Amino acid sequence: MSSLALINELIGLPPNASEHGYQIDHIIEFCHWFMGALFLGWSVFFIYVLLRFRKGKHPVADHEGVKSGISTHLEFAVVLIEAVLLVGFAIPLWAKRVNQFPETKDAILVHAVGQQFNWNFHLPGPDGQFGRREIALVSNSNPLGLDPNDPAGKDDIVVLGELHVPVGRPVIIELSSKDVIHNFALPHMRMAQDAIPGQIIPMWFKPIKTGNYEVVCGQLCGLGHYGMKGMLVVDNPEEYQAWLKERVELSGAQSAPAPTDRPPGEPPVGPTPGTIPPPGAPKTENPTAQPQDKPAAPPASPSPSA
Amino acid sequence: MDASSGLAPHPHVEHDPHHHEGGHDHHELPFWRKYIISTDHKVIGIQYGITGLIFLFFGFSLMMLMRWQLAYPGQALPVIGNALGHLFGPDSMPDGKMTPEFYNSLGAMHGTIMIFLGIVPIAFAAFGNFVVPLQIGAPDMTFPKINMASYQAFFFGGCVMLVSFFVPGGAAKGGWTSYTPLAVIADKGPAYDPVFNGQTLWLIGFILLITSSLLGAINFIATIIQLRAKGMTWMRLPFFVWAQFVTAFLLLLAFPPLESAVVMQLMDRVAGTSFFMPSGLVINGVPLHISGGGSPLLWQHLFWFLGHPEVYVLILPGMGIVAEIIANNTRKPLWGYKSLVFAALVLGFLSFIVWAHHMWLTGMGSTVSAFFQTTTMIISIPSVIILSAFFISLWGGSIRFNVPMLFATAFLPMFGIGGLTGIPLAFNSADLYLHDTYYVIAHFHYIVAPGTIFAVFAGIYFWFPKATGRRMNEFWGKVHFWPSLICMNIIFLPMFLQGMLGMHRRWYDGGQGWTFANEKVWGLSGFEWNTPISIAAWVMGLAQIPFIINFFWSMKHGKKVNDNPWEATTLEWTAPSPPPHGNFEVAPVAYRGPYEYSLPGRETDFTMQNEPMRESDRKAYEAAAAVH
Repeated sequence: MSSLALINELIGLPPNASEHGYQIDHIIEFCHWFMGALFLGWSVFFIYVLLRFRKGKHPVADHEGVKSGISTHLEFAVVLIEAVLLVGFAIPLWAKRVNQFPETKDAILVHAVGQQFNWNFHLPGPDGQFGRREIALVSNSNPLGLDPNDPAGKDDIVVLGELHVPVGRPVIIELSSKDVIHNFALPHMRMAQDAIPGQIIPMWFKPIKTGNYEVVCGQLCGLGHYGMKGMLVVDNPEEYQAWLKERVELSGAQSAPAPTDRPPGEPPVGPTPGTIPPPGAPKTENPTAQPQDKPAAPPASPSPSA
Repeated sequence: MDASSGLAPHPHVEHDPHHHEGGHDHHELPFWRKYIISTDHKVIGIQYGITGLIFLFFGFSLMMLMRWQLAYPGQALPVIGNALGHLFGPDSMPDGKMTPEFYNSLGAMHGTIMIFLGIVPIAFAAFGNFVVPLQIGAPDMTFPKINMASYQAFFFGGCVMLVSFFVPGGAAKGGWTSYTPLAVIADKGPAYDPVFNGQTLWLIGFILLITSSLLGAINFIATIIQLRAKGMTWMRLPFFVWAQFVTAFLLLLAFPPLESAVVMQLMDRVAGTSFFMPSGLVINGVPLHISGGGSPLLWQHLFWFLGHPEVYVLILPGMGIVAEIIANNTRKPLWGYKSLVFAALVLGFLSFIVWAHHMWLTGMGSTVSAFFQTTTMIISIPSVIILSAFFISLWGGSIRFNVPMLFATAFLPMFGIGGLTGIPLAFNSADLYLHDTYYVIAHFHYIVAPGTIFAVFAGIYFWFPKATGRRMNEFWGKVHFWPSLICMNIIFLPMFLQGMLGMHRRWYDGGQGWTFANEKVWGLSGFEWNTPISIAAWVMGLAQIPFIINFFWSMKHGKKVNDNPWEATTLEWTAPSPPPHGNFEVAPVAYRGPYEYSLPGRETDFTMQNEPMRESDRKAYEAAAAVH
């Protein structure tokens, strides 16, 4: 691919690490060739004209100027190239990103929830089922508000900041946010998506190279925005299984809150009606339930800082 | 040298600046009526211009401060750091070290001030007010008092923005786009005043600025439609007037939705509504008690529905200025005048249906994104037509490189770089990588900084003699031009590299804490590139000193010139310099197009719009028509 990444490499684009990323790189590369050709052509014309028609060299201006219609042909050429880039590359590529999600049974499913200034990752655990989350249950020990009474959530894994995924399998991340708009940007995966509070938006990619990749918050989210760094660790399958096993063991002790965390007298709240999962989204619980009138301050957990 | 034909109005030999035909006030006005609350379009134009220039330099100074933090994160700013810390309060720069809050304030206010208090007031309001009535042969704007109200609303809006730096907590920190929920939850709590806090004052100031633009836009449209001189048909209007006409429509149609949106966000902040606030927010671990049910995306749509036309509000007046100066200094008609006019109209129309390309990553489906990518591609066509027409206009000219022309010439490749780098950004798939990186910063700054701001400088040097009767110094103009051009490119070219490395904007630490930002490209790491960029920004600050001195010094001591020092053709050059109240002593009549330079059969190489047709002209026009 190196001939197709000449300009990209020259101007510092880091190596791609996802299956679809080379297509993004191609678009950027083609655009730069196109821009470069136009810029070069204009520059040569421009410099020639400035020298050739300066007052000292050409004391009497020509009232007519250019009579040929060559510029019209050039403009048609520009339109044509843009149309090819648009219809041939950009539109199909985007359609693939948003309409052709991989089968959920083949993919790693993760919920990522942004908050000032970190990413929470929620994994379904061995049973493959996500436990229900509820805003009212959010506390310092339960950052996502996992419902301790939901059996599907007993084995769920909640990790802060660092997500492991195995190489070569598609990853579907459903993004949401607890507070303000964030953006889950994975420069090396050529992937990014806003995390918008009140919405769940899925994104997917397939990592093809192991390694540690920084996750950038690509949308101003407050004073700690610059340091809102997540880590995506792409493991080989054995390492991934080991990590998963370790998290499951830990989660029994830490992540899943004890049943007594539920405020007394609060019945479990069902899914809020009227929320529509986005297209292509696998079925999920709803993290945007209405906040309760009473703040969730279970006696066992420390009271939230003001 | 005055135009020498029959209808050239009165050589200004013994011109009395207070004697004029309009005749509503024959007595000498007191200073404050003449210069402070004037209804004269020229005084208002100059008020806008000087206020705008001050804000432009202030907004740039904010960036010079940020550039210190980006190049040397966490280090104390030498010499002035402590003083600034005292000036802006304890949360800004304690011991000369910038806090993240203050950095975010500077970023938000840099964008706001440069766009809404710098460029729009100068490029649209100042040049539009001063030049448009003169170019169309009108005695004033249609609604002089509304014009005055427009400036006053702008001035108070600017004051509110400035005051916001000095309230507890400092100025707005939610970015110039003021995205909710951040913009609604920021600057709230016991440490903040419920109204006198940065984010709320930003909204109040913004309402005043929008009101100002709307009043101005109505006035421009009415003036251009109603007050054109006899014979000044639409296709005889200078391109600058067309550009201002389209700009006025953009402001008039795009700002009202944003004004209502700003009022709604203000209500979200002060009255507990939730127009843009969804349910279920947990801020810092505490559930937020609001009614909820609002939409952060609605704000983005309303914001960018203005935000994109605003881009053309920034660039169209610049293109208009450049068109005038290129025609004047190539000494030949602008090439493709008609296609320029239609391109500007199409550009104006299309700019209303591309806004969602600022929102590619908000979770857009394939149909909507296909629509907006297509419109975004189409809008490049009129831009290419305009830029090509300018390039082609140079062919066959006899180009004079005076200071206005230097700036206008530099505009072309700079705008070209800005426009071309918009191509990858127009594709949402490329934005999966480039979104919010320095690539975007470099792209739009090439359009507004060495683009529009250079056009603004060109316009200032060009029309200064009309406003004052004196010319700015050419030598110091060149001392201003060359360092500015070089520094602009040292500032913005490396940002493309930083963006390609993946460095994101709005990073308080300049990228120091990110592994990929420390990768090397062209000898320096992405983070290290901040240093040459910052140094160039400070040098560019210094390079503005010759301009500032030249500007004020030339008002009193510049070389005196006649009414038409550039030997130009449009009607403003038939008025005395400076034009009196009412502008023209005899109502001008237009007999021809705006750019009749080097017309065969004429004894001078410029034939003014108010010179009646001669037989030789007819023959020349017929010959030209036969060729085409």
